[in-house]
Amino acid sequence: MNRPSSKLFVRTELIPAKTPPLSEIGVAKWVRENLFSNTLNSILTILSFFLIYWLLAQILPWMTQGVWEAGSLNECRKIRESLGESTNVACWAVINERWNQLLFGFYPPESYWRPILALILFSFAISPVLFISVRKELYLLTFTSPFLCYWLLWGNTVWGPVSAAFSFLLGILLFQQISRSKLSILSVPITFVFVVLYWWFLLTPVAEQLDSFIPISLTYIPSKEFGGFMLALIIGITGIILSLPIGILLALGRQSKLLIINKICVFFIEIIRGVPLIVWLFTASLLLNYFLPPGTNFDLMLRVVIMVTLFASAYMAEVIRGGLAALPVGQHEGSSSLGLNYWQSMRLIILPQALKISIPGIVNTFIGLFKDTTLVVFIGLLDPIGLSNAIRATTDWNGIYWELFIFIGLLFFVCCFSMSRYSQFLERRLQTEHR
Amino acid sequence: MKKLFLSCLSVALLGGIAMAGGHEKGTLAAVKERGKLVCGSNTGLVGFAAPDASGNWQGFDVDMCRAVAAAVLGDPSAVEYVPLTTGTRFTALASGEVDMLSRNTTWTFSRDVDLKFEFTGVNYYDGQGFMVPKSLGVTSATELDGATVCIQTGTTTELNLADFFRVNGMNYEPVPVETNSEAQQQYLANACDVYTTDASGLAATRASFENPGDHVVLPEIISKEPLGPLVRHGDHEWGDVVRWSLNAMVAAEEYGVTSQNVAEMAKGTNNPEINRLLGSEGNLGEMLGLSPDWARNIISTVGNYGESFERNIGSSTPIGLARGLNAQWTDGGLLYSPPFR
Repeated sequence: MNRPSSKLFVRTELIPAKTPPLSEIGVAKWVRENLFSNTLNSILTILSFFLIYWLLAQILPWMTQGVWEAGSLNECRKIRESLGESTNVACWAVINERWNQLLFGFYPPESYWRPILALILFSFAISPVLFISVRKELYLLTFTSPFLCYWLLWGNTVWGPVSAAFSFLLGILLFQQISRSKLSILSVPITFVFVVLYWWFLLTPVAEQLDSFIPISLTYIPSKEFGGFMLALIIGITGIILSLPIGILLALGRQSKLLIINKICVFFIEIIRGVPLIVWLFTASLLLNYFLPPGTNFDLMLRVVIMVTLFASAYMAEVIRGGLAALPVGQHEGSSSLGLNYWQSMRLIILPQALKISIPGIVNTFIGLFKDTTLVVFIGLLDPIGLSNAIRATTDWNGIYWELFIFIGLLFFVCCFSMSRYSQFLERRLQTEHR
Repeated sequence: MKKLFLSCLSVALLGGIAMAGGHEKGTLAAVKERGKLVCGSNTGLVGFAAPDASGNWQGFDVDMCRAVAAAVLGDPSAVEYVPLTTGTRFTALASGEVDMLSRNTTWTFSRDVDLKFEFTGVNYYDGQGFMVPKSLGVTSATELDGATVCIQTGTTTELNLADFFRVNGMNYEPVPVETNSEAQQQYLANACDVYTTDASGLAATRASFENPGDHVVLPEIISKEPLGPLVRHGDHEWGDVVRWSLNAMVAAEEYGVTSQNVAEMAKGTNNPEINRLLGSEGNLGEMLGLSPDWARNIISTVGNYGESFERNIGSSTPIGLARGLNAQWTDGGLLYSPPFR
């Protein structure tokens, strides 16, 4: 390239960028734009800072200087007085003494490793479902973990849950066999009847037989020993896991063109959803006692889990129906034109999209369900709130409130907040169309 | 559709009640076979029922369960406690979920007759009282005209309160609360001038305050609240066992039998009443369908009435209740066990 030979000044390189003025970068800019952009905002900012400072100045010393070592509320008060005339500090000693009760209820302390192990196992088992990138071998754990967790929590012989798992395995095999034969239209009812018959007649004998060959068992721990946050977690997690598939089926059933299925689903959803959860809990604890023959011992916790699951399923069905309704009809038509049958089109085309739309609603229902587990206090189950009442009923701790409620609140917040963060992560990951 | 469902439910419910009424096997036999007493207890009431740090239930009402277990099974710890709320207690008993109920339940006509239960005695004579801050300067409940009153909703205390103020021609403003805990908070926050509930509850509440001396319990007791254990109507053998377990504790105190000297006295004394009670004379245990040392088991493990009272709610505890009406009849109280004869 020919350069002009004149002495005219021609800059051949760009001027290096100057650092922007201090007021336009970093913290200073952010503060100016976000906190002090005009007079009103400046006043509000200063007021808010003052308010936050005032609140923290009240709460932080109360929390951080709390008494940890004391045998009763009155001892706490004595220690508090010895600290100074007007000091008001928390009495965390109650948590120190009773934290294991708030977490595990009356579960025998020497067996605390069992629920902890069950929780660890569960978190591994659920990881392939939550995060796609995890190794697929873990799916094996996903299917075995419900039985393993049941065994760990309640104990007794290991062969009971194994026998139950076996029944499902047989059921699946049977289903595949019949589906391929001429009777394929009857595959679902036959499998269902088979599993029910197995549970009715074979479950216990098979377990007992196996147990007599190789006895492996843990100490049996009855449900009434369960309590505290563990109870809330068991009811909540079982409800969450079971309500999603049931909810999906109900949502599909409600959209179905088959009259009977449609009406059954509508009836179920409307009845369950039209009545407050507390009524269903009372039904579980009171009414069922009358229906069952006297002396039958149908576990109260199991009854509550069933009711909570049904309740959550009805809500879940409506959330998912919202997602289904949001899909353009072209998606249905498109999947039909590809020659997919109903289940294929649901599995491959419709549900992945509908569920993605419903994620915020689904997680919302989950969080609501988890917090609703505290309602079991009204039927006398000792969840964290129930235990806080029981702890307050001892002469040592009568009259202590905030410390217990803050601890319980913290436990619930950690769980609900992580669920909420997870749902946001999931939404981001599944965001496919607007990239 | 819903109406049909509801009517189906209620028909089934009625049928269920009719069925539940006809228990075939006696409760006593069932308890012996099970080796465990299923006792309906409170989910938590200061001094009456509460779990300690290791999860063992303790309290005055809990002692009643332990006494029955000791009498029937010889082991006071052979009890399965079913914590019940005010809402679930009667159904749990009626449906057979629990063998007996020992849960500060007031003996009333309708509960005894209409709900088909059998109260087997009174283990605590309570009554509704009032607590006010000392600074209010009130010395009698008749000076409470125009006061705001914290009151637990859905209890007999609510009705008693209305009656009391109407009879005395006074007005009040109720502040409804759901639980005792809530009431304590409301009262301490000055949301109400007066807190009213059973006198034992007031004493326990007052004991939990930072400055109990700033509050007084007024002398008036405006209702009768005889609290006692109860069983299902119609199972008289079982009702007798529970009734006489309580009577044995009361009689033991009257005759000076305590957990310390019961072993000595069981060898035989010159008082035939004690001998019959402890089984060294006569066959009272056999008549109840129990072993001869049934009462001895109660007293050696749970103690007599006075011991249980002192241990759980008496003057040596923070609650510090005086015996008052719950003293022996010989001391001017109402405790009066029929003779063991």
